[in-house]
Amino acid sequence: MVRYEGKTVVNLEVNGELHQLAVRPSDLLLDVLREQLGLTGAKPGCKNGDCGACTILMDGWPVKSCLVLAVEAEGHRLLTVEGLGGNAPVQQAFVEANAFQCGYCTPGFLMVCYGLLMQHPTLPEEYVVEEWLQSNLCRCTSYREIRKAVKQMYQKK
Amino acid sequence: MIPFDFIYCRPDTMEDAYQAFVQLQTEGKNPYYYAGGSEIITMARAGSIRPGAVIDLKQIPQCRVLSLDSEELHLGSVCTLNEVKESKLFPLLALACGRIADHTNQCRITLGGNLCGTIRYRETCLPLLLADASVTLFGRQGLRTVPFTSVFDGRMRLDAGEFLVQVHVPRKALQAPHYHIKQTASEKIDYPMVTVAALWQDHFLRVACSGLCAEPFRSAEMEAVLNAQNLSGADRVRKAVELLPQPAYDDVEGSAEYRKFVFQTILEALLEEVTHGPL
Ligand code: FES
Ligand code: FES
Repeated sequence: MVRYEGKTVVNLEVNGELHQLAVRPSDLLLDVLREQLGLTGAKPGCKNGDCGACTILMDGWPVKSCLVLAVEAEGHRLLTVEGLGGNAPVQQAFVEANAFQCGYCTPGFLMVCYGLLMQHPTLPEEYVVEEWLQSNLCRCTSYREIRKAVKQMYQKK
Repeated sequence: MIPFDFIYCRPDTMEDAYQAFVQLQTEGKNPYYYAGGSEIITMARAGSIRPGAVIDLKQIPQCRVLSLDSEELHLGSVCTLNEVKESKLFPLLALACGRIADHTNQCRITLGGNLCGTIRYRETCLPLLLADASVTLFGRQGLRTVPFTSVFDGRMRLDAGEFLVQVHVPRKALQAPHYHIKQTASEKIDYPMVTVAALWQDHFLRVACSGLCAEPFRSAEMEAVLNAQNLSGADRVRKAVELLPQPAYDDVEGSAEYRKFVFQTILEALLEEVTHGPL
């Protein structure tokens, strides 16, 4: 049985690389990614599971990293927006569809859209896309363009 | 950030989980069983709970089961709402899971967490109440399997240190005609003003409800009037609304009167569906 008390070294696989990190059991994955690994793509917004700005993929499924303990992520594959590489079809689609304004929500949306593509390799029905996208908020209201980007992402892949 | 430290345990067996709980409690650590973590993390961050230890159940094989045999569907307590939904094995439960929080959170929130947590709606209980589900628990006496209703009266009533291992749903209920409607105050993703789930089984309409009263319920008296063939549809609905087991809930999301009005409207639509065929 794993038992962690106080600062402990854990191994986290992030974007295909294994990292040894000293964390407290109550440290949130979002904070560890940003403060220890410098992966500041995942953004703190509400830190309450509501806005989706902190979304990353865990084993191919989206999770809000503000609601995950870093110690829980051991043994799982984590993917942050940095792991997309900068020129992934989903990123190209967002640029071409002008699917952002201030960009604060964009990493979260990119990860949800990338997760959608992983789990539904062909464009699913409209209600499925809507269901996935409803997990994230965009205060600049780029929703229409984001929907367009999703369609373009499927054409590109 | 969570502004305090706690101990994190991840047992591999049910026995280890229970032993860890007892041990930590003896040490005065105020342990919590932990599954998806959404509720514990949010409440700890906000300072409304202060666990000295969390015991993560996600590594325990029996808690991860999702299987169907000739008799029942078995759902481990740490199955996420999304896993339950994607399995498509119990469509009514899938509908309930699909309306709790948002899709990304459904990939973390677990069936056990929804049932055993403190958020009062516990919407996954509705299909289980309707389907005559049973549950397997692990505690001081080891494993025990009991009817869901014997440990759930709007909230889970478990012995000290006991935890939910699995939920079992009889096959008969899985594909029965069903109905699920969730009314929120405004946004689609929100806690329910009123959620009604119904199942048509053995020519009898079963109905359970969340959001309307302080705790979710299924009421035999209410079902009796809803199924009374000698009454008109309007009379059945009127009498059913009078038979709430607790006062209607009254808060900023909706007054008691408004909740009752919404419930009445949902029942009218439900009976209409029943009249036109099996839901
Ligand atoms: S910061 Fe995680 S959901 Fe808002
Ligand atoms: S682009 Fe500004 S919040 Fe979405």
